[in-house]
Amino acid sequence: MKLRVVLIPIAGIAIGLGLGGLIVKAVGESPVETWKLLFTSSFGSLTGICHTLFNATPLIFTGLAVAVAFRGGLFNIGAEGQLILAAFVAAWAGSRLSFLPGLFLIPVCILLAAVAGGVWGAIPGALKVRFGVHEVINTIMMNFIAIGIVNYLVTGPFLAPGDQIPETVPISPAAHLPRAARLLAPFGVELPSSLPLNASFLIAVAACVVLYLFLFRTKWGFELRAVGLNPEAARAAGINVAKNVVLAMALSGALAGMVAVNEVMGYRYRYYDGFSPGYGFLGIAVALLGRNHPFGVLCTAILFGALVHGGLTVDMLTERVSRDIVYIVQGITIVAVAGAAVLGRKRITMRARETDAPL
Amino acid sequence: MDVLIASGIRLATPLTLAAIGGLFSERSGIVNIALEGLMLFGAFVAATAAYYSGNPWFGVLMAAVAGGAIAHIHGLVCIKFKGDHIVSGIAINILALGAPPFLALALFGTTGSTPEIGRSLRTWNVAWLDSLLGAYSPLVYLSWVAVPLAYLLVYRTRFGLRLRACGENPWAAETAGVNVAAVRYIAVLLSGVFAGLGGAFLSIGYGTSFVRNMTAGRGFLALAALIFGKWTPGGALLACLLFGFADAFQMRLQGVGQIPPQFVQMLPYVLSMLVLVGAVGRARPPAALGRAYDREQSSAGG
Repeated sequence: MKLRVVLIPIAGIAIGLGLGGLIVKAVGESPVETWKLLFTSSFGSLTGICHTLFNATPLIFTGLAVAVAFRGGLFNIGAEGQLILAAFVAAWAGSRLSFLPGLFLIPVCILLAAVAGGVWGAIPGALKVRFGVHEVINTIMMNFIAIGIVNYLVTGPFLAPGDQIPETVPISPAAHLPRAARLLAPFGVELPSSLPLNASFLIAVAACVVLYLFLFRTKWGFELRAVGLNPEAARAAGINVAKNVVLAMALSGALAGMVAVNEVMGYRYRYYDGFSPGYGFLGIAVALLGRNHPFGVLCTAILFGALVHGGLTVDMLTERVSRDIVYIVQGITIVAVAGAAVLGRKRITMRARETDAPL
Repeated sequence: MDVLIASGIRLATPLTLAAIGGLFSERSGIVNIALEGLMLFGAFVAATAAYYSGNPWFGVLMAAVAGGAIAHIHGLVCIKFKGDHIVSGIAINILALGAPPFLALALFGTTGSTPEIGRSLRTWNVAWLDSLLGAYSPLVYLSWVAVPLAYLLVYRTRFGLRLRACGENPWAAETAGVNVAAVRYIAVLLSGVFAGLGGAFLSIGYGTSFVRNMTAGRGFLALAALIFGKWTPGGALLACLLFGFADAFQMRLQGVGQIPPQFVQMLPYVLSMLVLVGAVGRARPPAALGRAYDREQSSAGG
């Protein structure tokens, strides 16, 4: 049973790469050469690995976010809106609260980002509990509302003065997270400081560990999973279902909000409108392939990060293959895994149990 | 004012077509959040087919076919393989982000857009039709016709009754002799066809080419309109018109008005949320929407 859990995503990825390879062949390039190029660029050198891990970082956070919501029986499609709001809040805090020394500023910014995401996630959770509205549609709507609010703020009151592109003022250097170059220098490893991989990757890995312990080794995590598997039984056992639903969504939103830490505090050092290439939606794919398990999410996120970096390389170095092949591979993989239910006679469902209608 | 109305109608058209498509699918019980991806595929195929054939009508036809083909995948995953509707929908949206630009590079050598076509479908391109109905693209009229057609189909035919039964209680429907899988599959195909047509309007119904990611969330907006319209054809049309006019109005006001454009753009989503909560009248989705249906299972509880 344990082996099959891993087998299905791997099979899905194989199908994705296989069919993607056929498409590559159809446009006149060699699939073998293309995939070889892709993976050697992502894993074959230290800089490649750094890029891969940097790309993986936001996906780890959104993957964890979606996974933890699923464990609680909820579908969080709102990670996109949550992370955008959190990123703006982090940028605001990083510049406006710069009177704080770095020792305090960094945790405060991280905390505020998590809180912003958490609140934005808790709202659909509360609406579900109070009004029975399914979180799928609410989170989708909240995405657009968040995008609208932040877009307004960034192009209006918080636009960096004199700036043409929609971005905020830079955050204080005290709020910067150290990059890989600085972190690895004491170990004698020479890396260009332009490499965006930064300490938030370590935070992401820590989040995986913490979430694993939380879900599988604490009472609260147990209650959350119980609510996800069988709300009626959980209620009968005395667990407060409503509280756990809201808390699960809040935790999910907070994790999504941590993307802000990588983006704002580790990379661009400001809020840049449109920075997310759909991390929230890709997080759903990451959670699915990672079987809603923190370590599965970690592995899948790294794979996706590799695909993104490798995809850029393939785009640059081949004539007929563009980086969009990555989306194609990801899409096919998800379809394959989603449809794999018929194989194991067990539904590959995102919800632990079907209890009510999504929309 | 005339320009405002015309603009609003044009902005509403792709939404209406996609929303009608979504109506069929959702009423049969299959969640379809892939409207966005289906529209994108439709837009791309319409522009490409119109370019190669020189005929925008052919583009529209192929867009409908493409939409149906992609929706077929969604139907396969949801119905035959009993996969999760939401996940399948997201997969299609992700595919739609990648496939059109990839093909654009392969076919045209561009970074995601298609070459301009000679004649768009802004008018009928047929002399006598143009003099009568030349104010709007044929697709606009199609969107208007689609609404009463959808109403008739869903509420006044036996197929429509079966469709609604599948969405409310597929187990009872199956017992009454309805082939739930077949009905749902047809509904999903229809949703793809209409969403594809909606996409076609975006690329060649007014403009002359496809641009990367040109739907820009309209598929989700159509979904919001469907919900705001309480899963009825007439309601969906009104909602789409409302959203279309709001957009046209907001564009008018830019530079002049006090209301930031983003707030007007957010309005449809806020409204839909309010409707779901019951603040603007309760909207109840089809009861069996999104739930697993297995013919072998005896009832809803399993």
